Amino acid sequence: MNILVCITHVPDTTSRIAFTENNTKFDKNGVQFIIGPYDDYALARAVELKEANGGKVTVLNVGEAETEPTLRKALAIGADEAIRVNAFPSDSYFVAKQIADVAKQGEYDLILMGRESIDFNGGMVHGMVGEMLGLPSFSPVMVLEVEGNTAKITREIEGGKEKLEVNLPFVAGCQEPIAEWKIPNMRGIMSARTKPLNVVEPTDNTKLTEIAQYELPAPKGAVKMIDADNVEELVNLLKNEAKVI
Amino acid sequence: MSVLVFIETEDGKIKKSSREAISYGAAIGEVTAIALGSVSNEELASAGVNGATKVLHAADEKLNAGLIQPYTEVIAKAFESTGAEVLVTAKSSLADAVVGRVSVKLGAALASNVSELPKTDSGFVVKQSIYTGKAFVNTTLTTDKKILAIKKNAIELKTDGAAASVEAFDVALDDALFGAKITSSEKAEGDVLLPEADIVVSGGRGLKGPENWGIIEDLAKTLGAATGCSKPVSDMDWRPHHEHVGQTGVKVSPSLYIAVGISGAIQHLAGVNSSKYIVVINKDEEAPFFKAADYGIVGDAFEVLPKLNEALKKALA
Ligand SMILES: Cc1cc2nc3c(=O)[nH]c(=O)nc-3n(C[C@H](O)[C@H](O)[C@H](O)COP(=O)(O)OP(=O)(O)OC[C@H]3O[C@@H](n4cnc5c(N)ncnc54)[C@H](O)[C@@H]3O)c2cc1C
Ligand SMILES: Nc1ncnc2c1ncn2[C@@H]1O[C@H](COP(=O)(O)O)[C@@H](O)[C@H]1O
Repeated sequence: MNILVCITHVPDTTSRIAFTENNTKFDKNGVQFIIGPYDDYALARAVELKEANGGKVTVLNVGEAETEPTLRKALAIGADEAIRVNAFPSDSYFVAKQIADVAKQGEYDLILMGRESIDFNGGMVHGMVGEMLGLPSFSPVMVLEVEGNTAKITREIEGGKEKLEVNLPFVAGCQEPIAEWKIPNMRGIMSARTKPLNVVEPTDNTKLTEIAQYELPAPKGAVKMIDADNVEELVNLLKNEAKVI
Repeated sequence: MSVLVFIETEDGKIKKSSREAISYGAAIGEVTAIALGSVSNEELASAGVNGATKVLHAADEKLNAGLIQPYTEVIAKAFESTGAEVLVTAKSSLADAVVGRVSVKLGAALASNVSELPKTDSGFVVKQSIYTGKAFVNTTLTTDKKILAIKKNAIELKTDGAAASVEAFDVALDDALFGAKITSSEKAEGDVLLPEADIVVSGGRGLKGPENWGIIEDLAKTLGAATGCSKPVSDMDWRPHHEHVGQTGVKVSPSLYIAVGISGAIQHLAGVNSSKYIVVINKDEEAPFFKAADYGIVGDAFEVLPKLNEALKKALA
């Protein structure tokens, strides 16, 4: 099985978010970058499928040189090969186009992504890539089993889930509990250093959006504490102050 | 401006988030809506209340399930045949899966998690919630055709419109679009859907075990609320996965979020930080969640919740 896994390079989930240059640039100062948590699930499942069925896992990121440690980490987790499309991922259409063009170069049985990135939370790239390649796309996928040329998948729908059967190849946006996150071991880390990481240039520069300016939300007011023996006071505040009940 | 709104239905009813999308559309232009699968004419006409002039109905039974490629086809056709400039939809797991495809098909710029009406004095600029609610970005959509996926509870519902006219909308759908076979589907019935809910009561590891969820459910019932939980709770299978709230789960933006026995880890807060009001009940006064709360009670959930439930019942009677 030949699997392409698309990963993002995003701030750790505990990061404080800030901007610089008059709120036009993300402030990377002190920020730790990680593989997007949903992408990490996709990668873990891809590695499991490879271990069970044989084949190859290729990880792909559209990003500048700074994302290479994140790609190396994916190699340490068990991917065999990495590709970096050398460009700032400024727009989801642009990113999807690069991914689709890379996918056309390889014969992938599966293209796995996260359900959404945790920076822009778009949840859009998998559908775009599916449409560009004329392949089915599914998201959010919580179970993925492959048998020969068909897959059984479980997709989350609001308030429940749906099981589907579909032929390979297709694109899936993954989320838990598709697999457990994998932590790289020493052997993985050592071997990652020598696995191939190929850098390619973007094929197309079309963008459909432009970022004007970032903003931070207004700070939250102070909490009002209520005595545990006086729950009536909470009810009163919810009813007459917040007016939410 | 001509606007097409994609309506999602649930048990034959237009979802509240879709009614918000219609209200959003009506605030920027003249709204035609598109609904797919079986739903009554009367229900569709009620989209007018929220500001739709006309509702197109692709009633083919094959569209009763939310199939991604057939939906893409129908919505793109409706967009073209109505000459719309903007497609508006609620942000939902189905819409997410569909609109990326529609965007490519139409060559339309796409903005997700839109949290306000657009500014149009210089270009078409929308404000999007990003970094899981920790920031916003103002984005210019540079194409003529545009798609906006609206964050839930981002806009006041319009409720003073007149009934909409309903028209059949038939699209010939190629069998190839139905390649994926649905083999089963499970849905919690009768419950309030978490992403749609106006009030959410959520429990964490502090509740000690699934057998104790009665106090959460009782409170939710009194308030007509949906129930949610923290990640460890769904990881341990105390609660179903679709109730897991946070950075890697459902992002909610209700009017009221009540967190019980949840410490308030940053990943949990990321999923709830756009709630209008937050109540935290935790026995540890140092729990970080209190910093993100509007109202807090330091106390044991097993004592506070039954009392709070009684007091609420009395107040709401
Ligand atoms: C990449 C990543 C993504 C994550 N995504 C998410 C996510 O999406 N959502 C999420 O929730 N978590 C997420 N987490 C996990 C998160 O970091 C926390 O571990 C988790 O939220 C803690 O859950 P909890 O508050 O229920 O449990 P705990 O942290 O164990 O807190 C239990 C709380 O209950 C209180 N308590 C105990 N007994 C009582 C009682 N009798 N009455 C009242 N209060 C009581 C305690 O004081 C404590 O504050 C993620 C973690 C990582 C690393
Ligand atoms: N710059 C990128 N490089 C590689 N994959 C990406 C990139 N951006 C997004 N993706 C993939 O697309 C998924 C959905 O992203 P998004 O639509 O931005 O929420 C992510 O979880 C990744 O798998």
